[in-house]
Amino acid sequence: MLELDGVLLASVQTELTDATVVALQEDLLDRAAATGADGVVIDVSAVEIIDSYLARVLTEITLAVRMLAARTVVAGMRPAVAVTLVEMGLDLPEVETARSSAHALEMLARR
Amino acid sequence: MGGAPGAPTVLPIRSDGDLIRVRRAAREAAVRAGMSLAEQTRMITASSELARNALVHGGGGRVEISDVTRPGRRGVRMVFLDEGPGIPDVARALTDGFSTGTGLGLGLGGARRLVEEFRVDSRPGRGTTVTIVSWSRSPT
Ligand SMILES: Nc1ncnc2c1ncn2[C@@H]1O[C@H](COP(=O)(O)OP(=O)(O)O)[C@@H](O)[C@H]1O
Ligand SMILES: [Mg+2]
Repeated sequence: MLELDGVLLASVQTELTDATVVALQEDLLDRAAATGADGVVIDVSAVEIIDSYLARVLTEITLAVRMLAARTVVAGMRPAVAVTLVEMGLDLPEVETARSSAHALEMLARR
Repeated sequence: MGGAPGAPTVLPIRSDGDLIRVRRAAREAAVRAGMSLAEQTRMITASSELARNALVHGGGGRVEISDVTRPGRRGVRMVFLDEGPGIPDVARALTDGFSTGTGLGLGLGGARRLVEEFRVDSRPGRGTTVTIVSWSRSPT
């Protein structure tokens, strides 16, 4: 996990166990609180599938980070993953997205 | 649900790590069937939902993966089996948002929307079997 100008940047690995997902969630929230970051970027460009479990955790991170007065952007979702999520009925209404981590950092800087 | 040449690959679903191995095997089978990236992603996502259900709700089980063919088409069949409590009301379990756990309740219904053939056989107290088949759009 990187920290750049008040933004935490976390990259999600390709193959995730549920335990790794929970650890990432805890880590991110601890770091967001400890550093007083005003943004969190979660780069999912390496992630080959997002199922309802990971989708729920991404939503939970977004909502918890919001309660810490910061903003979360999920970056780099693959097109096939996006289509599959929509087909499943998982459109992640709470989650802000960006095409890449670079775009996400721009979005957070611009606000 | 399609003729299967050869014996299926059988994988246990007993732990978190097994879910990764099921997804990996689903990807390999999808690639063998000549599926596009979008088709692979649907199949792997459905397999992830059903394997997690077997683990979390069914107390663990196994999956049988077979390459299937029909004239001009190749596909993948996955059968998820557990000997857990079963699903008393399958129609209700398929309803979006219905969960007896802490999940989003979109796994079963979502998986059904991602594959071409979908069947749930469940008897309370005897376990659950979910069978899915996806066909590749590209001809053999
Ligand atoms: N293999 C299974 N054994 C027993 N119950 C199951 C199984 N799969 C699904 N269910 C039941 O169907 C419900 C809906 O499943 P699903 O849509 O995947 O939602 P979730 O897993 O988020 O609860 C589950 O909450 C559970 O009650
Ligand atoms: Mg589920």
